[in-house]
Amino acid sequence: MATGEFQAGVDTARDLAIEARGLVKRFDGTLAVDGVDIAVPEGAIYGVLGPNGAGKTTSLRMLLGIIDPDEGYRRVLGAENPQHVARLIGYLPEERGLYPSMKAYEAIGFMGALRGLPLEVGRERGKELMEQHGLGHAIDRQIRQLSKGMAQTVQLLGTLVHEPKLVVFDEPFSGLDAINQGKLEGLIRGLADKGTTVIFSTHVIAHAERLCENIAIIAGGKVPYAGSVEEARDRIPAQVRLETRRRDGVWRAALPAETRQVGDFFHFPLPESGIEPLLKALIEGEAGILSLSIERAGLHDAFVAIAGEAAARDMVSGTEGEKA
Amino acid sequence: MSARNPGRLSIWQAAYVIARRDFTAILLSRAFIFFLLGPLFPVIVMALAGGVGAQVQSEAISADVGIAMESRDVDAMLAARDEVRQLVGPALPNMVELERVAPGETFDASAYLENREGSLAAIVTGSPEAPVLTATAGRLARWQGMVALVAAHASQPGAQTYPAVSTATVETSGASENTGRLRTAQGGQLLLFLLIMLLASMVLSNLVEEKGNKIIEILAAAIPMDAVFLGKLFAMLGISVVGIAVWGATGFAVLTAGGVTLSDYANPGVGWPIFFLLFALYFGMGYLLLGAIFLAVGSLATTVREVQTLSMPATMFQIIVFFLASLAVTDRGGWPEYTAIAFPLSSPFAMVARAATEETLWPHLVALAWQALCVAVFVKAGASLFRKRVMKSGPRSARGSRSLLKLMGGMFRNRSTLAE
Repeated sequence: MATGEFQAGVDTARDLAIEARGLVKRFDGTLAVDGVDIAVPEGAIYGVLGPNGAGKTTSLRMLLGIIDPDEGYRRVLGAENPQHVARLIGYLPEERGLYPSMKAYEAIGFMGALRGLPLEVGRERGKELMEQHGLGHAIDRQIRQLSKGMAQTVQLLGTLVHEPKLVVFDEPFSGLDAINQGKLEGLIRGLADKGTTVIFSTHVIAHAERLCENIAIIAGGKVPYAGSVEEARDRIPAQVRLETRRRDGVWRAALPAETRQVGDFFHFPLPESGIEPLLKALIEGEAGILSLSIERAGLHDAFVAIAGEAAARDMVSGTEGEKA
Repeated sequence: MSARNPGRLSIWQAAYVIARRDFTAILLSRAFIFFLLGPLFPVIVMALAGGVGAQVQSEAISADVGIAMESRDVDAMLAARDEVRQLVGPALPNMVELERVAPGETFDASAYLENREGSLAAIVTGSPEAPVLTATAGRLARWQGMVALVAAHASQPGAQTYPAVSTATVETSGASENTGRLRTAQGGQLLLFLLIMLLASMVLSNLVEEKGNKIIEILAAAIPMDAVFLGKLFAMLGISVVGIAVWGATGFAVLTAGGVTLSDYANPGVGWPIFFLLFALYFGMGYLLLGAIFLAVGSLATTVREVQTLSMPATMFQIIVFFLASLAVTDRGGWPEYTAIAFPLSSPFAMVARAATEETLWPHLVALAWQALCVAVFVKAGASLFRKRVMKSGPRSARGSRSLLKLMGGMFRNRSTLAE
């Protein structure tokens, strides 16, 4: 696979399953995606995070070759045209769909056939996969006779029936209940354990935080952050929560300017100088520390901060553009 | 599995996957029964109403047998014809009065058949007691007995013995051959038009299911859009072959029961076997050409209602193309014919007519190659249009486009399906 010079915040020692640089897409002159860079290592679980309408789906469609970028470069499993390696890719779109008159195992076989798997082999595997996922009783049922959750599972199995090397999920957790979301997380981990590269988009940060090593945050058609989850969290200073016996005193001067008081607690970001100088001031000022905790920022906080900054930048540049 | 066989399906393999799915889905659907029965309903109704014989005769216009005898003999023969028809039904050729000759006068049937551009296939002269049947060799063998039966009833109702029918063989004249071929050309065009109109219009709604059920994105991610288009076109072509086989077999059975054979019609310029082959090829090309356009236009629609709205202009468009090709038949060798042959959509109709009227074969090879090229271009353009106008997401531009295609695309863009 490609190990190009460009690596959007990932471990450069690993081969890349996906490498995209400067992808731009306009629709009727309106910029939908504006220079997206993504680098997905082989065998990784990679999350594409962003608010609704950020350009996630358009970016994934460009990576899959469903639409071509107006500008930019992409390489998927070593091919510049992703459709040339379509047999190696599985794709579950955000809007699920199957032929209602097909039987469940036939639908799985058909999806495999689209990716080059002989129809009969696909159908047999479809039956096996349905048995494995507790849907053995529904093998011969038509899609229209299945519940929404069962139909989603059938489509998911159809996405995987040809044993792809790269699986792309667009909002895979939407529409699933908590139990099935957990099952899907387990399935994604299982795929990665077998060496399959998984990339998925979501606007629910918790899934990405649990599953991904690397993420890209898309906001306003741009990628303000691409890199590891840990680095994203480190972008936001840890938060300190302090509770004291005394409400006032000279020690208050030692608290950072951003400190907020919520009930009996003081909240503020961990000072760059660390916690020790503050502790010293509190003790010397006889604040009477009842509790003190330092909480590392979660991915959700990082996402909100990064996406919010990007949105703010867009608003500013848009305003300046209008003035110009 | 995947690693051993990387890459993707070829366009033809992918088209096969789509065609197989569509073909099977349509063939096994309940609606297919109605599709098959649809064109048969009029035939069944006519048969039930006892009108099949009349229909067969009106279609077999070239199978009339003229009577040229003295006045009282003509009357007797016509009366006997009606009497015998009640006994043998439509197997009896349509015998019509040709001329009432004066006593002692003779009628030159051979000269009439060879020179006159009439619709008669045979002529009976002489008298009911000594009839003379003049026709081509094939028709003599076929109708000699029937003429004897009618003549026997004409000379003596309820007769048990039949008079000997003398025969005179003629070669079909050039004039009547041309007339017959013209009829074959027009009939071939009409049949082609009806079949293509019936089937091509059906592809208008062919992508609505994929769009309505959100399957289109799965297809577009896995295989080229050209393959989806080709697969859908060929699936409908396969369905049409099944339909035509059923309808053709039924029609053949009805016509055979009615005593009509190909020898009743003028031999086409290229001969019947090649004419049938060319008809099949031109049907395929005509269907693919119109079908590709309709599929592309229909793919821009998102609902069945929109498809229905598109059906009317699509049908009108087909009728205009058919008229252009019909004009070519009436002005052979003129600019209308060459225009109709060159214009891809009317080319199959014009060339079917040419196969009926002209002997030369090489123009058909050129025409088929040209039509195949146009099919490829139309499919490619249709797939591109679909990808460009439908397989995208994002907001629409505030600035409207003035091009027709963009207007159509804007009208039917499926924002709900594919917009992020």
